[in-house]
Amino acid sequence: MKIAIASGKGGTGKTTVAVNLAISAGNAQLLDADVEEPNANLFLHTKFSEEKKVTVSVPEINEKQCTYCGKCSKFCAYNALAVVPNKVLVFADLCHSCKGCELVCPEDAVGWRNREVGMLRRGEQNGISVVEGDLNLGESQAIPVIKAVKQEINLEKTVIIDAPPGTSCPVMEAIEDSDFVILVTEPTPFGLHDLKLAVDVTRRMKLPFGVVINRYGVGDKRVELYCQQEEIPVLLKIPHETRIASLYSDGEPFVNHMPALKQNFQELLTRIKQEVSS
Amino acid sequence: MKQVTIISGKGGTGKTTITAAFAALSSNAVLADCDVDAADLHLILKPVVKKTVGFHGLEVATIDEEKCIKCMDCVNHCQFNAITEDIKIKYEACEGCGVCELVCSVDAATMIQRDSGLLFESETRFGPMVHARLNTAEESSGKLVTEVRHHAEDVARKREKDVVLIDGPPGVGCPVISAITGVDLVVIVTEPTLSGIHDLKRVIDVANHFEIPQAVIINKKDINPKKCSEIKSFCEIYNIPLLGSIPYDTSVTKAMIEEKAIPEYDKGNVTSSINEAWAALRNVLNLSMVKP
Repeated sequence: MKIAIASGKGGTGKTTVAVNLAISAGNAQLLDADVEEPNANLFLHTKFSEEKKVTVSVPEINEKQCTYCGKCSKFCAYNALAVVPNKVLVFADLCHSCKGCELVCPEDAVGWRNREVGMLRRGEQNGISVVEGDLNLGESQAIPVIKAVKQEINLEKTVIIDAPPGTSCPVMEAIEDSDFVILVTEPTPFGLHDLKLAVDVTRRMKLPFGVVINRYGVGDKRVELYCQQEEIPVLLKIPHETRIASLYSDGEPFVNHMPALKQNFQELLTRIKQEVSS
Repeated sequence: MKQVTIISGKGGTGKTTITAAFAALSSNAVLADCDVDAADLHLILKPVVKKTVGFHGLEVATIDEEKCIKCMDCVNHCQFNAITEDIKIKYEACEGCGVCELVCSVDAATMIQRDSGLLFESETRFGPMVHARLNTAEESSGKLVTEVRHHAEDVARKREKDVVLIDGPPGVGCPVISAITGVDLVVIVTEPTLSGIHDLKRVIDVANHFEIPQAVIINKKDINPKKCSEIKSFCEIYNIPLLGSIPYDTSVTKAMIEEKAIPEYDKGNVTSSINEAWAALRNVLNLSMVKP
């Protein structure tokens, strides 16, 4: 079973839910697909046993064969190629690896090389395996790194995917093909506004989902009312408590210190399992 | 005219709350919401839209089913798996490269304009604002961020504003890079938590990569005093100006619920610390402190 944890707004507690759920589940695989800010392992402290580069293909022009006709740069929708007299400039960070330049080149002058855009790390501790994608700083394209993370899915475990914030392509890549999506929000106007966006994306992708309200008690009731009106199940409310905030700030998963919450997370998991299998 | 982007790396540290507060304190600013994925600034500033412009990201492919002979050339050449086995375009997966159009021997595949969102030029009680709405499940948020910034710069020039305050997105990828490229300063809003500090360091590396000067604001400073001093000494070591530290207070959420900027709601510690941070920011930017 694959459960993705998402939210429109950042900082609502996706990683908190992902980590505490993984610990409560026991035999779990946690995929950190928030590759711009992979933070899950700050809480799990798993020692990574393996690390590999994530690469994308970018063009390499064979200057001996190139006649500087300019067809490649004219075709490229991403402005990743520019032809100046006797030189082809490749802006590798703009390339989407569509291979169009190779197809339009009449001289067969376009070859390919691998370019590193991020790292993939793997490790296991106490039955929880962690896969972390880490976008290289200064790189703009998160998608290839998210794809690499998702290739590691091991369905023998409860797979928990920590998605990035937002509502655009990286989120969709992270949650695609999940059996269930948990949308984490907070009971504030910003939380509600961005929850609605996240609901929109999840519905559009036809994925079953439910809501976890974090910092319950801090704001108002509008998130709950919205969920009622839209018939969205509220799966769990994590109370707004100083102890939780303080444990979080030190990188401590609260289920290790608060058994009642651990039980809540286990019940949450059972409920999702039932929903998925029904 | 100066441009300042408020970023954080980690989401939920208070970027938008602080941008709205600065907007309330500014007298000569243009506000730009560049968190186009999950834009929230308008919830506080309540802009009145004066002008709406359509935004088109990269093109998207379409297939003319009458012409299509199902030869599968497009399917086989698409690097994004954006065309299904029965030759349907997966709108969300298409990255607009045009390879299908190129390889189609019967002209069945064509690239068309994609309506990706809307861009607004508006007025708020604190001055002009430029913001946008990216349609859900769209790409090209980086491109939309750039468009919002161009419009905001235009407005600032036309109306002789001295600063563009940009509310940035979380993370360190494409939209963040678009939001910070070429600005005069990034203000990084962090919080004294392990994740907050981790992401602060990442976003500083990105700003350094693009050679953009930085300043830091610590929000919710009392969550963890030890981590708070850790951030302070980190800033000292790397010579990054600390503009201020803002206490954690329930008035911040209450102001949000009332749809008010902090200085409009709170007359206590939070507002005074934001006042100090704003004065420090103006000082770093060499802007005059004259208020009409």
